[in-house]
Amino acid sequence: MSPQPISTRDIVYIALFAALTAALALFPPITLPLIGVPITAQSMGPMLAGAILGARRGALSILLVLALVAIGLPILSGGRGGLGVFAGPTVGFLLGWVATAYVVGLLHELGWNKLTLFSSFAHAMIGGIIVLYAIGIPVLAVQASLSIKAATMACLAFIPGDLVKAALTAVIAVAIKRAHPIIGTRRGQTA
Amino acid sequence: MTGGSILHRAPAGLKLAALAMAGSAVVLVPDWRVMVDLFLLVALGFPLARLGRGALRAQLRPLMPMLVLLFFTQGLLASWEMAALVVARIATLVLMAALVTLTTRSEALIATVETLLRPLAPLGVNPGKVSLAFSLALRFLPVIAEEAERVREAQTARGLGHSPLALALPLIVRVLKAAEDIADAIDARSGHDDPSLRPHPETAPAPGRRFLFRSVKEQV
Amino acid sequence: MIRSSVGNAFARLHGAAGSVSVPSLPAAPGAQTGIEISDVSHRFGDTEVLRDITLSLTEKRIAIVGANGSGKSTFSRLLNGLLVPDTGSVLIDGLCTAKAAKAVRRKVGFVFQNPDTQIVFPTVEEDVAFGLKGLGLSAPERAARVSDVLARYGLEPLRERPAHKLSGGQKQLLALAGVLITNPDYVVFDEPTTLLDLRNARLVGRVIEALTQTAIVVTHDLPLIDAFERVLVFEGGRIVADDEPSSALANYIRRMR
Repeated sequence: MSPQPISTRDIVYIALFAALTAALALFPPITLPLIGVPITAQSMGPMLAGAILGARRGALSILLVLALVAIGLPILSGGRGGLGVFAGPTVGFLLGWVATAYVVGLLHELGWNKLTLFSSFAHAMIGGIIVLYAIGIPVLAVQASLSIKAATMACLAFIPGDLVKAALTAVIAVAIKRAHPIIGTRRGQTA
Repeated sequence: MTGGSILHRAPAGLKLAALAMAGSAVVLVPDWRVMVDLFLLVALGFPLARLGRGALRAQLRPLMPMLVLLFFTQGLLASWEMAALVVARIATLVLMAALVTLTTRSEALIATVETLLRPLAPLGVNPGKVSLAFSLALRFLPVIAEEAERVREAQTARGLGHSPLALALPLIVRVLKAAEDIADAIDARSGHDDPSLRPHPETAPAPGRRFLFRSVKEQV
Repeated sequence: MIRSSVGNAFARLHGAAGSVSVPSLPAAPGAQTGIEISDVSHRFGDTEVLRDITLSLTEKRIAIVGANGSGKSTFSRLLNGLLVPDTGSVLIDGLCTAKAAKAVRRKVGFVFQNPDTQIVFPTVEEDVAFGLKGLGLSAPERAARVSDVLARYGLEPLRERPAHKLSGGQKQLLALAGVLITNPDYVVFDEPTTLLDLRNARLVGRVIEALTQTAIVVTHDLPLIDAFERVLVFEGGRIVADDEPSSALANYIRRMR
């Protein structure tokens, strides 16, 4: 299988979603009652990029976000940026974003014709929680010399927030499919 | 960003290579005392690079809660030597990387990224397209940030409060609509059937990038 | 005189043989014979947006008016190959937009309604220079053309400014400069004044007036096209009037009642 060349329009989608994910850092975090862990809007970016742009463009746009972070732009939540971010123990989650976008995108592409709120939520959850934590937790364990179990425990508090984000992603993905679909349309048809 | 120090003047590629090597070496250090010495050595690099104490603090502060948590977890679960080693190692890695970022102009790093990508051209990676993607993201980041603010004001005016859906959905629709116009504009202006954009690698990045980065940093 | 001495200075500096002419670009092939549109129809999904349009355009100032959704914007996109019609053909100086897209785009510049989506590079200078990429110019030739066009549109002091920090009028001038830097023979404008205040709209009007090129302007701004040679009125994907401004506009205003 030879991938289609990246068109101008693809590049624009990739760049704009990278910018959008960066802009999500500006939204104030919401704190869930009872749990007390702040939910940042930004980590919804990878799920959204996959669900709206599909696997390849979604993953590339998140890769671009990471590249912009690496060159020093303070575009992660809390104004973090620079190569230092990639030296910290949570780097696995950051790199995992790319996989999240890819998997969420791939699942949305495969299930595109019969996409429902529930299936979209399931796709976002698989990519945005299962895949992300499968990468983030082992890296955290290695970087911080923790056992996998201890690292997992440290991450549990974030799961409710991630579920909320997966649900929001599903609502948005279904609405965008109706209003302005990108996946599943051939380029060059609209004007 | 005044570039007085040796670190500022060293080529970006060299600094990145040195960072990669130093980063790998640090992981091999088994003794927490050596690690703490290394940490102090790297921290000393900040005044040497004329970065000031504020820069050092700005790097360490966001890391603090996690380091404290980690220190006690490690200390109670493993040993206090281990705790000191892990915490000092993470802080050292972060500071080393920050030292490179803070002494290197962003456009020099972009240029390095493009150079590194050039050997990948046979695999279908087009440095011109990568470069266009960088430019577009930098161009539209402040635009989208402003747009987000405008949407937020509009929603507040309509009494919708801060519902994340009411914010995200209109913003995304606007971004997708704008993307089509932008792609049309690029095609209309590029004079290419398939734009292999920027076929002139000798073009130096415009000096204006400096101002741009500053303004993006102010904005974000 | 001044131009050629600048050119010689560049030639000396860079050891090129002969003089480098600063303002001229290699012209796109084909003489200026005008725009020929034959039997063009186009549909988006189920709606027919253009129907059986046949027309020849040779005037220097041509305006296109019509209600929203009348097909005028789609029509303008045919002229530089942004859109290739379902049926029929569009020839620019004898070049078919479907077959010679690249050459057509060099002949026909396109200025969009919203400069915010037309400016694609982060700084003024980079954006203006974008159109020159891939034209086979040397670095000093490109630099000279960039300086030339920035000076011509009063953008020189803003050279290093981030594009998003410009005012609306400055953005529209930058969009224009980015298109005119390649010296196209034709310039299509899609509602160039719609988003501007009165003062900036007049400024753009003066820029269009001063162009040596053929200008084709889609607009709702009727004073802008007072002095044009020809006005096409679109309705339901057809041209319902095609005349000099006073009678075409009278016809248009009657239809809008």
